[in-house]
Amino acid sequence: MSNKVIHVLYNDDDILMDAVKQTRAAHHHIEEIYTPFPVHGLDKAMGLAPTRIAICSFLYGLVGLSVATAMMNFIMIHDWPQDIGGKPSFSYIQNMPAFVPVMFEMTVFFAAHLMVITFYMRSKLWPFKSAENPDLRTTDDHFLMEVAVSGDESQLVSFFENTGAVEVKVIEKH
Amino acid sequence: MSSHYEAPIRKPLIIGDKNYHDVTVDVAAPVEGRANKQWWIAFSIALAAFLWGVACVSYTVGTGIGTWGSNKTVGWAWDITNFVWWVGIGHAGTLISAVLLLFRQKWRMAINRSAEAMTIFSVIQAAMFPVFHMGRPWLAYWVMPIPNQFGSLWVNFNSPLLWDVFAISTYLSVSLVFWWTGLLPDFAMLRDRAITPFAKRVYSIVSFGWSGRAKDWQRFEEVSLVLAGLATPLVLSVHTIVSFDFATSVIPGWHTTILPPYFVAGAIFSGFAMVNTLLIIMRKLSNLEAYITVQHIELMNIIIMITGSIVGVAYITELFIAWYSGVEYEQYAFLNRATGPYWWSYLLMMTCNVVSPQVMWFKKIRTSIYVSFVISIVVNIGMWFERFVIIVTSLHRDYLPSSWTMFQPTFVDAGFFIGTIGFFFVLFLLYSRSFPVIAQAEVKSIMKTSSETYKKLREQGGHDNHSHSEHNHH
Repeated sequence: MSNKVIHVLYNDDDILMDAVKQTRAAHHHIEEIYTPFPVHGLDKAMGLAPTRIAICSFLYGLVGLSVATAMMNFIMIHDWPQDIGGKPSFSYIQNMPAFVPVMFEMTVFFAAHLMVITFYMRSKLWPFKSAENPDLRTTDDHFLMEVAVSGDESQLVSFFENTGAVEVKVIEKH
Repeated sequence: MSSHYEAPIRKPLIIGDKNYHDVTVDVAAPVEGRANKQWWIAFSIALAAFLWGVACVSYTVGTGIGTWGSNKTVGWAWDITNFVWWVGIGHAGTLISAVLLLFRQKWRMAINRSAEAMTIFSVIQAAMFPVFHMGRPWLAYWVMPIPNQFGSLWVNFNSPLLWDVFAISTYLSVSLVFWWTGLLPDFAMLRDRAITPFAKRVYSIVSFGWSGRAKDWQRFEEVSLVLAGLATPLVLSVHTIVSFDFATSVIPGWHTTILPPYFVAGAIFSGFAMVNTLLIIMRKLSNLEAYITVQHIELMNIIIMITGSIVGVAYITELFIAWYSGVEYEQYAFLNRATGPYWWSYLLMMTCNVVSPQVMWFKKIRTSIYVSFVISIVVNIGMWFERFVIIVTSLHRDYLPSSWTMFQPTFVDAGFFIGTIGFFFVLFLLYSRSFPVIAQAEVKSIMKTSSETYKKLREQGGHDNHSHSEHNHH
């Protein structure tokens, strides 16, 4: 069982999109696509599941709101319920308007940062991570589709050459 | 290409015969080339101003706040004026990258990177004023609610100055990750083009191993959209909270409910003016005229005109309400602004902020790069005076006539301000030579709809019905 893949390079996003549709129609498994910029609709064409990162962000925001409320309720109402300029500190709701700015900011802070950290973790991005795009041109003006080889190799190569590719390579993957 | 239909009425956003690779080359050129003489001259001047600012701040911290012109009556003057001014300037960056993203404005693509850089660099300048205007800045960490050995002794969450701490730190940190996440694909582009091992190493580290997978892009776009959705209320809230420093006080001239939206409008106004100033220079020096076109400048001028008009309405509203309120103190505060010892600063503010943006109604003027440049500077002078007028004229004469006084800045006040301008330009100049100043990945994504090349191709090819069936799928 060989671990061969085909690297098909395109130099146009529309040709890539058509090629993805053809490849899917022919039931070849697309392992990965590397593009220099977001190609709209590519994820749908590839059949990728939608990302749930916005849902995460919403939940993180709720955490931020809870942290802010709990913190200010403890500090301002329970720990030192002092009179600062006549502000009522008998219960949280009484002095609530003064707490809104911090409640808001902490909601945004948690929602934004934890979502970005989630994105970096899920997509495996961090400062000393080495790049994994197989061809340097994919950050400039080329689009690379990686397809697993199964069955007749030469037939696959000619299939992809007919999809408007500028280059088709068979790669042994470790 | 047929799937990229755009109304023929829209003018191209990318001028000239460009393809994807040309974008890469044009964006990478200022980073890969060497700095020219003009850059070094500008950098030296900025660095000298910055160092002078460091000297003035050191003198303030070492000797005391009494080295400034502030006095017992006017406790806030240039420090907070400059703080609000810098925060305001920072706001346009978020407006361009977040609000214009939500409104799907394609023209933002060429300017968002630099606008965000401007946000970050100016918020850094702003953040120095709250620290160094403290009498005891070495105790600045006491503003944070950290458990401690005093019992624990906490902070008071009623103060807008504490809200400022939360607002500014959230704003700076969120803007920073928004900016950096957007930079990853562009750093990756520089990494993959790098010739020297050093450049390769640096851009490998800063690009976080970005590889441009389809799934990465899908998440990237969602993250950008959600961050834009979070940054939009954030930007409104930050300047609102800054305005609360004044609006929640009991000082006539400060205690007004219009301040939050009016400060935000003023922030967009001055921020866009600063973006215009910087981009007009940068497009020339970095040879990016094909991407930052006259249309971009015109659209920014239109925003300056709109927000300038909002600011004008706010000025008139304040005047009307002062008269309508029947409160002598409030009426005097505005009479004092117009006819008191600082009448000239009020007049300057009114002229620069209300009159100057109105010339943008003339197409000849708003499409002129020279006039736009001049107006953008005039607006920032006007907006500096707006903050000065609000702060100083309200403080120097309020309830007790026995407390009336004047304010005269010292060279240390000026030195600190000059220092922040120097620091800002030090950062911006370094940025312009080491960062991809245009979000090339985003510009490439509008190539087919909005570039001159493809618009011409579409005209030649005529209209084919295929485009409609493509569209119906979405």
